[in-house]
Amino acid sequence: MDLSPPRLSWRAIAVWRRNFLVWRKMAIPSVLGNLADPMIYLFGFGYGLGGLLPRVGGVSYIAFLASGTVCASTMNAASFEALYSAFSRMHVQKTWEAILNAPVALDDVLAGEWFWATAKAALSGLAILVVVTALGFVSSPLALWAIPVIFLTGLTFSALGLIVTALAPSYDFFMYYFTLFVTPMMLACGVFFPLEQLPPALQSIAGALPLSHAVRLVRPLLLGEIPGNALTHVAALVATAGAAFWLALVLTRRRLLN
Amino acid sequence: MAPLGPAVVPAASQGACAADQVTMPGRGPGVLTVAGLRKSYGGREVVKGVSFALARGECYGLLGPNGAGKTTILRCCLGLTSAEAGEIRMVGEAVPEHARQARMKVGVVPQFDNLDPDFTVAENLLVFGRYFGFQDIETRRRIPDLLDFAGLAGKEKARLASLSGGMKRRLTLARALVNDPDLLVLDEPTTGLDPQARHLIWERLKHLLSAGKTILLTTHFMDEAERLCHRLAILDEGRIVAEGAPRELIAAQIEPQVIEVYGEDAPGWAAGEGKDCVRRLELSGETAFCYVEDKDVTPLMARLALHSGLRALHRPANLEDVFLKLTGRELRD
Repeated sequence: MDLSPPRLSWRAIAVWRRNFLVWRKMAIPSVLGNLADPMIYLFGFGYGLGGLLPRVGGVSYIAFLASGTVCASTMNAASFEALYSAFSRMHVQKTWEAILNAPVALDDVLAGEWFWATAKAALSGLAILVVVTALGFVSSPLALWAIPVIFLTGLTFSALGLIVTALAPSYDFFMYYFTLFVTPMMLACGVFFPLEQLPPALQSIAGALPLSHAVRLVRPLLLGEIPGNALTHVAALVATAGAAFWLALVLTRRRLLN
Repeated sequence: MAPLGPAVVPAASQGACAADQVTMPGRGPGVLTVAGLRKSYGGREVVKGVSFALARGECYGLLGPNGAGKTTILRCCLGLTSAEAGEIRMVGEAVPEHARQARMKVGVVPQFDNLDPDFTVAENLLVFGRYFGFQDIETRRRIPDLLDFAGLAGKEKARLASLSGGMKRRLTLARALVNDPDLLVLDEPTTGLDPQARHLIWERLKHLLSAGKTILLTTHFMDEAERLCHRLAILDEGRIVAEGAPRELIAAQIEPQVIEVYGEDAPGWAAGEGKDCVRRLELSGETAFCYVEDKDVTPLMARLALHSGLRALHRPANLEDVFLKLTGRELRD
């Protein structure tokens, strides 16, 4: 098995641009789709449930939920792109196979896909950020620091998704990843309620998951505070993103270059 | 970045042949050399020491039943998988070490179409050019020539779904020419096409040969190999079992004449009289294939005319006879 670290070249950009050109043809429905789902959750729970609740973490429930929604929708967009869309290009349309016949290495193809899924995820997260800012849930310019965190969150979940794609025999396989990993994180990592509500044993597990790190960075930033242990959370996301991409690359090489 | 050639197909280079006939190309530096290639999957060796070389301007065919190792050999040549042993040089570069550099001057037509269904015809070429590092403006300049060559002139804005199978194949061929390659690698280029579409592809490939391109092709269509290939190798179970020009192979490997005997009585005739009077006879279903010398044709046809339950067809031996003799008649699935 080829365990060597990623060897990247500028050709990865050509792969990224290929996906961008496809996306551009249906950008409007794609952006609306990315926005509609998280917005329904935000307003449904934020106003509906929020009206019944006291202040959560010192702010109104919808303001609390806004930051969680930014992170969760970044995670979801990254996961869908790195799983379903990338798998279509790899396995169904054989787009990667065509690209590999040109002077482009598999490492470049995967890097192009990684950065593409990250871009789509960031677009989704940023769109929510713009909406919640417009609605007045963000007051401090510190919120600008959420932008790089959204990108980093996108990198992390895109790389994790590419691992699953490298192993998937068919689309059905992705159900396991969503059921066992994405949905539990949505519920346990502080998106809808503070992590501290969980039993202590679960708290430490949930707190170690990548979405928790993202939420612990984005939430204080949107509320105008400097996140505690910021470097630890950033380091955890960077390490997860890097290690996950490397593993995805090793597994994809094994799958396609044997 | 390598500059693109002035046109897809330059005027016929010196010593090249006319488009409608294939002749032996002149000697030139090797475009592709494969020596002692070995490759196994899961402990089973699928390529067992294969060597061959392509001269510039030559069309070389790899023929073999399913599972003979044809596609694996192509993947090794392109540097998409590494072999356990052997040396490969393609367009002057060592593979797999410099496979990417080598692929700058190689065009590939894969076995299954992998065009981008979300793009128009022109976008498919434009985006593929970017993988070679070409600026869009350069590729755009070449697109009309490429489409003209592929018989798709004026189809720039056509959606992929509106193209027939033959048109898609020709677009795949045009895409393989986007970098003006020295070597074209074609994996079963006409599988799944109707006869009209196949003939058009063959005509285009002959045109490329006459323009000095080198072609490596796999096929299991014998007529395709006989028409296009200057030389070919017959592969079976990972080994080259015969190599040469189609006519030479037929002359060297097999009797020159074939009489096919059909009918319900054919198996009975083959087991009795046939076995006694024909030196080499093969039975497949209800057809007996008699492989004979020129002088034996007339007497055998006369004998067969006496049997009312038999029908006999005489024809010269062809590449398919050689192929079946060397690789057997059993199915390879």
